[in-house]
Amino acid sequence: MSTHEGMTSIVRKFLMALSGFFLLIFLLQHCAINFLSVISPDMFNSVSHFMGTNPLIQFAMQPILAFGVFFHIIMGVILNKMNDAARPIKYAMNKPAENSSWMSRNMVITGIMILLFLGLHFYDFWIPELNVKYIQGDMSGLLDPTFAESGLRYHEELVHKFHNPIRTSIYILAFVFLSLHLLHGFQSAFQSAGFRHSKYTPMIKKLGNLYGIIVPAGFVFIAIYHFING
Amino acid sequence: MDLILKIWRQKNKEAKGELKTYEVKGVSPDSSFLEMLDVLNDDLVNKGDEPVAFDHDCREGICGMCSLYINGEAHGPDRAITTCQLHMRKFKDGDTIYIEPWRAAAFPVVKDLVVDRSAFDRIMAAGGFVSVNTSGNTQDANALPIPKDDADKAFDAATCIGCGACVASCKNASAMLFVSAKVSQLALLPQGRVEAERRAIHMVEQMDHEGFGNCTNTGACEVECPKGISLENIARLNREYLSAAIKAE
Ligand code: SF4
Ligand code: FES
Repeated sequence: MSTHEGMTSIVRKFLMALSGFFLLIFLLQHCAINFLSVISPDMFNSVSHFMGTNPLIQFAMQPILAFGVFFHIIMGVILNKMNDAARPIKYAMNKPAENSSWMSRNMVITGIMILLFLGLHFYDFWIPELNVKYIQGDMSGLLDPTFAESGLRYHEELVHKFHNPIRTSIYILAFVFLSLHLLHGFQSAFQSAGFRHSKYTPMIKKLGNLYGIIVPAGFVFIAIYHFING
Repeated sequence: MDLILKIWRQKNKEAKGELKTYEVKGVSPDSSFLEMLDVLNDDLVNKGDEPVAFDHDCREGICGMCSLYINGEAHGPDRAITTCQLHMRKFKDGDTIYIEPWRAAAFPVVKDLVVDRSAFDRIMAAGGFVSVNTSGNTQDANALPIPKDDADKAFDAATCIGCGACVASCKNASAMLFVSAKVSQLALLPQGRVEAERRAIHMVEQMDHEGFGNCTNTGACEVECPKGISLENIARLNREYLSAAIKAE
């Protein structure tokens, strides 16, 4: 889809939107599964075990997701660098708030905050998961792999993490940044993909606002719930 | 009204340039912003100083020449106007007003507040036209029936005066609103469809080549555009470009 000059600005923004769409879907399912931990620990355990051991998810979906995240970040950084260079001398007096939202102008800042959070999140869950499954070679998902009656470990691990008030606060703060990122990103992805219509665009904007508030609020609720009940 | 002006002064393209402070006294609230600058320039000339260079031509909002980033906004604090249509009654006696040139790598300063907007001309030359048979038996454009909606949208897009306020306001100095208006005014009409694919590709490539930034949908351009060009045009350009690029060999 590139022309003789390589990737053009429109292709770049389209790919940014495409990876964004993918991440929106991922986020929704992540939030839904986490919600199970509030409703039913057993259900959360079995779904987590399925997600963690199903080869299709582990070796097809997970690498695609990793690529999507990686691509979205790298492209975001490239775009930001290019856009900075497009205005080498800044205005002495500028009032950007008069014509655009804070969210739309600061996607790189909210994005970096989410990236920093991802570091912590990987340290908390992903790295221990890889360690248990692929280094220790324990694919059983049991609390005590020698004892089948011990039950699945996922809910226990999740709740354990949210005992710590500092970690819980960092997670909540990250979800606020996620919300700010989504409030612009959701509707922006549709515009970048060329999807705009007088009938549907107002609906997409409303949906984007709902998504950008409800999904992060869901994550916040789950974190607080486990902090209080843990 | 008495005002304090902080104006960007720069001798030429290569010079460094700086904000200089001036005072103007007795400005009529009914005068336009450019007339206020005329008063200042008269003063400067009388004192033997170099007048402030700024672009202007029609002074009635149709040519797009007047530019100026006034107090942090393209064409100043009012909406849907150019600088020649901005009136001093929008300001208060004693105000300090910052006056800067459009800032973009693709719009280099020529002198003081004058910038070189020929990047827009080169984008137009890359594809912003329709080829017409000029052999003498040219067909009347009205002979082709065109849906009213399309005609209206094409006309709205065609009101873009190429002023560059969209670029100046965009945090990325992106020229997408301008290019999208110029692509849309032709893409919506049957006469423009013949070259539609080549046009979208060439104009976007030229736009990138000139060093404008990438659009991130902040919407600042639409708010500051004196002609109310809608973001709908940018979505159309995205569609036009993407479908053309997929088909391109
Ligand atoms: S789109 Fe609006 S702001 Fe941009 S050049 Fe055209 S008239 Fe000026
Ligand atoms: S001088 Fe022509 S639009 Fe302002």
